[in-house]
Amino acid sequence: MSKRIETTDLNVYYGSFRAVEDVTITIEPRTVTAFIGPSGCGKSTFLRTLNRMHEVIPGAHVEGEVLLDGENLYGVGVDPVRVRRQVGMVFQRPNPFPTMSIKENVLAGIRLNNKRMPRAEQDDLVERSLRGANLWEEVKNRLELPGSGLSGGQQQRLCIARAIAMEPQVLLMDEPCSALDPISTLAIEDLISELKEQYTIVIVTHNMQQAARVSDVTAFFNIAGTGSPGRLIEVGPTDKIFSAPDEKATEDYISGRFG
Amino acid sequence: MTTLSQTLASDALTSGRLPRFTVPVIAVASLLVGIAVASLFAGGNLALAAVLGFVLYLLAMETAARVVEGARQASDRRATTLVTGAFILALLPLGSVAWEAISKGIARFDLNYFTMSMRNIVGAGGGAVHAIYGTLYVTGLASLMSIPIGLLTAIYLSEYGRGNRLAKSITFFVDVMTGIPSIVAGLFAYALMGLLIGPGFKSGFSGSIALSVLMIPVVVRSSEEILRLVPNELREASYALGVPKWLTIVRIVVPTAISGLISGIILSIARVIGETAPLLIASGFTASLNNNPFDNPMMTLPVFVYDSYAHPGTDVQAYWDRAWTGALTLILIVMLLNLIGRLIARRFAPKIGR
Repeated sequence: MSKRIETTDLNVYYGSFRAVEDVTITIEPRTVTAFIGPSGCGKSTFLRTLNRMHEVIPGAHVEGEVLLDGENLYGVGVDPVRVRRQVGMVFQRPNPFPTMSIKENVLAGIRLNNKRMPRAEQDDLVERSLRGANLWEEVKNRLELPGSGLSGGQQQRLCIARAIAMEPQVLLMDEPCSALDPISTLAIEDLISELKEQYTIVIVTHNMQQAARVSDVTAFFNIAGTGSPGRLIEVGPTDKIFSAPDEKATEDYISGRFG
Repeated sequence: MTTLSQTLASDALTSGRLPRFTVPVIAVASLLVGIAVASLFAGGNLALAAVLGFVLYLLAMETAARVVEGARQASDRRATTLVTGAFILALLPLGSVAWEAISKGIARFDLNYFTMSMRNIVGAGGGAVHAIYGTLYVTGLASLMSIPIGLLTAIYLSEYGRGNRLAKSITFFVDVMTGIPSIVAGLFAYALMGLLIGPGFKSGFSGSIALSVLMIPVVVRSSEEILRLVPNELREASYALGVPKWLTIVRIVVPTAISGLISGIILSIARVIGETAPLLIASGFTASLNNNPFDNPMMTLPVFVYDSYAHPGTDVQAYWDRAWTGALTLILIVMLLNLIGRLIARRFAPKIGR
């Protein structure tokens, strides 16, 4: 239950502005791939093309291919809604639905799509997803309370539970820990290591230690300057990127000489 | 060389404080002086006394605070006084209107008033049941037409049309519609029904059309603003779960905004329920209960109030009493609507707390 992502010469545009240029990368199933790079280099933009979420912004479009196990996400007749059901996403800031209880939040993907599910199965799914997100023990006695009453770290894990309740093939995480304290961050990093047993995980992070800790593969993005598009500079096994990168720019960024 | 702390006067962390009784003492004293001056020179003019008292209080507090507490505290107190004064000034007409309506309307606030129409009544007695029903019919039908149209337009503007040409022109025309004088709306509805059915046609429904013209832009504007306040993150979270756009709007955006949407709708109803001019033209006058809003004139409360006050019969007082009770009833209906709206809004509001 996880799929491989391949992109070839992918260009991402906002209107006529090219934000990301010629990205060719292969993301293997059941691994954690981290995107690192300075702010504004197109990591998040690129991440959002992997489940067609960037289209939500007016004027944004893509040239090139994104293959999910060989199937082009931008092919003719592909429905972005179906793509997003297979490629889940967790955002920078926790965003549980404020009108819903914890339980309803986990079931949101099912209920919002007007799918019927027997009560026993629902309860089962809620418990499974919350256990998967390491949140079950903390909330099992207050499933009917609003999700917005949880702490920031708990809310983020609730959002992860909500995403994995849809049983996606791939899980995209856009700086999932940047709004969290170190303890919650640790909880989520542990969770990522567990989740990679089942899912393909792509994580954008500004925290290089985090990339080093959780990822198997690291991809470094950079921009030449403001106004020019972001590029994929180097991608490789995390150990190699952090110890002996091929590119000078990668080494400079990782050793903290810029960015 | 002067340092920052020197320019800010002294290094002291303490400053003088006026004792707590200063405010009431100065307030009462300045009010008394105001009353005294007003009764000596203006024959006890109450408004003059209040204004004079307020100005005196402002000056006295300013001086006292400046001397004892310093310039920053003085301006703080000045601002507090002005803001409180403005608040009281704004409340005065409200309280006065409520008092007038209750004290004059209570005389006929009886069972007869809510069970009888004005059919075959000259002089005392009778009631306004025909006007109350009429108002409910006309406003209800107007709401039935305006709320869906207004809400759907607002959803289009905030969710689908962001910034495109059609949306911009709709926004422009909605703004123009907001400024339409209500009498024009009435003439429009009257003329429209004249064209469709026949000249001189009056009905409750014609009135509803006129009220809709006034109501739709209010619903659109308030709902659009509220929908824009829904954080984009929630929409994105929903899209990321593979939820189609329309379901995201129906299940996430609207429920999150529901309490604001309901307040906007209640406000728009309150805005039109007291309209007189368009109903005068489009729905007309009658003394009897008319339960068919699609034919024959239909009385409404504002028109009833106007008619009773402007054209009293021989027993003038009876007509005027009925007019005041009509006004009171109208206020109560709006209050009731507000109350219901708040209850509904609270029922659906986003859950907070832990």
